[in-house]
Amino acid sequence: MVPIHDEKLKYLEETANKIREKIIEMLLEAGSGHSAGPLGMADVFTAFYFHILRHDPKNPLWPDRDRLVLSNGHICPVLYASLAYAGYFPLEELMTLRKINSRLQGHPHRGTLPGIETTSGPLGSGLSQAIGMALTARLDKKKYRIYCLMSDGEHDEGNVWEAVLFAGKNKLSNLTVVMDRNNIQIDGFTENVMPLEPLREKYESFNWHVLEIDGHNMEQLVDAVSEAEAIYEKPTLIIAHTIPGKGVSFMENDFNWHGKPPNKEEAKEALHELRTLGRRIQSEHE
Amino acid sequence: MLNNKLKLNPKIFDPDIPEVPIRNGFGEGLLFLGDRNANVIVLSADLTESTRTESFAKKFPDRHFEVGVAEQNMATVAAGLGISGKIPFIASYATFSPGRNYEQIRTTIAYNNANVKIAGHHAGVSVGPDGATHQATEDIAIMRVMPNMKVFVPCDAIEAKKATIAAASIDGPVYLRFAREKSAVVTTEETPFTPGKIDLFWDSRKPQVAIIVCGLLVYKALLAAKELEKEKIGVLVLNNHSIKPVDEKTIMKAAERTGAIVTVEEHQVAGGMGSAVAEVLAKHHPAPIEFVGMRDTFGESGPPEALIEKYGMSVEDIKTAVKKVILRK
Repeated sequence: MVPIHDEKLKYLEETANKIREKIIEMLLEAGSGHSAGPLGMADVFTAFYFHILRHDPKNPLWPDRDRLVLSNGHICPVLYASLAYAGYFPLEELMTLRKINSRLQGHPHRGTLPGIETTSGPLGSGLSQAIGMALTARLDKKKYRIYCLMSDGEHDEGNVWEAVLFAGKNKLSNLTVVMDRNNIQIDGFTENVMPLEPLREKYESFNWHVLEIDGHNMEQLVDAVSEAEAIYEKPTLIIAHTIPGKGVSFMENDFNWHGKPPNKEEAKEALHELRTLGRRIQSEHE
Repeated sequence: MLNNKLKLNPKIFDPDIPEVPIRNGFGEGLLFLGDRNANVIVLSADLTESTRTESFAKKFPDRHFEVGVAEQNMATVAAGLGISGKIPFIASYATFSPGRNYEQIRTTIAYNNANVKIAGHHAGVSVGPDGATHQATEDIAIMRVMPNMKVFVPCDAIEAKKATIAAASIDGPVYLRFAREKSAVVTTEETPFTPGKIDLFWDSRKPQVAIIVCGLLVYKALLAAKELEKEKIGVLVLNNHSIKPVDEKTIMKAAERTGAIVTVEEHQVAGGMGSAVAEVLAKHHPAPIEFVGMRDTFGESGPPEALIEKYGMSVEDIKTAVKKVILRK
């Protein structure tokens, strides 16, 4: 994979910002949904859909495409916005999120919207589905790679650890997981609800290769994904340390923003902050 | 009399009728498919011998995955295989799969419309000594209510092989239900098996009751029909191997001919095959029904035959239900 040059990085950062704005607009329009996770993962999604993935938005079922499986389906506003900006479907459709007759379901559903690799939402079952795809790629001797984006909180689920065991046993080197380590879940901080640490050692002892990055540094992510591609006979976990609610100061690191949308006033404030790049510039860009 | 057109086992009423566990047919079906379709994959959850996936695993080691005692992972890995072009079969005891992994099956297989075949073994009290923890008596109910899911319950080992092969050619989720214990082989290789079509195994000139039955109790229903014939009570015996999609036409026709129904299944009466029949009749052709099956109770340890008797699913119980429903006409 090519590293990100300066010009591309600027483009990616602008795209991530646009995606964050869209997330706020979508959530305000929908009146329900999750705020913190989608904002926190905007940089990771941007790096994947605009630099890492080998995909073709005009041919979403291209057999040799890389697969991106979103396990914690509740952060789908960031997935939908990324897909729309990448060209899978019109941007205007984003405003139908969670509405009746919409292709943008509250949690992603395969088959209704182009670019959705699988159905998810109930936590803990995305990794094993990604494993199934990785087995298929190996059986068919295909080169495409499978990326699974997971939350930290869903590691409470037994199904996750069954899958972690299985992927280690089967040496699935074509599988890379990016864990959104944002430390929050609905009922509070992960380490209070159900302590997960030491995550690195847990995965390593299950025969995984583990890397840790700043989840808002796209260059680090691209480097980690490249390293994962070079790892032999092991799946790779990239622990992406992220700030939930990133880019909207009053949402950052507050678990109360895990599962609720902004109201009109809050959305206005959030959009102002995003459009002035954290109040670093005077006028709002459009 | 037996419906000769269906080429059933001519030794059906002989005391030495061959007995084979229904689950054996699943293993044979997998071997048949393995030879012919490179996309067929099998996943086991530490039960390769008893779910009869062992032979496939030996012959096609690259296409068999042992997931360990992890039914949730088995279902979800299969979902990933199914949506990326493979035809995975997952096998365990029905109390665990689709019991323990119900939500995984609902979301990642049924709602996802993933091409996964779920084999639920050790169905019914005829599992025997293992007791109620391992005797699935609710699985038909929980699977037939799932959108996109098809449900087949073969009556013997030969039909089990056919159902397994048929499942692979259906694009989408299928649930297959198998019993553990040896049971009478009532069909032959020539007997037709069409998903979604009930077969009339026993006909009478003036039938008073239609017995609609699935699984290993088909044999008992045929024995009951033969004994009732001696008592001058004509019945129909319909092998309802396809609980979903339900064969509405044949059920309605049977109700029109007889005006009374007995359903027989090794499953809870609530929500099972009999309920599926009742749903059809209540809508199109209301008729009195007697339900033979488990009556809101769990099974227990014991010899299979004794358990079938204790829980009211014997030949005598079927005959009693037939006589009872005639009085309600």
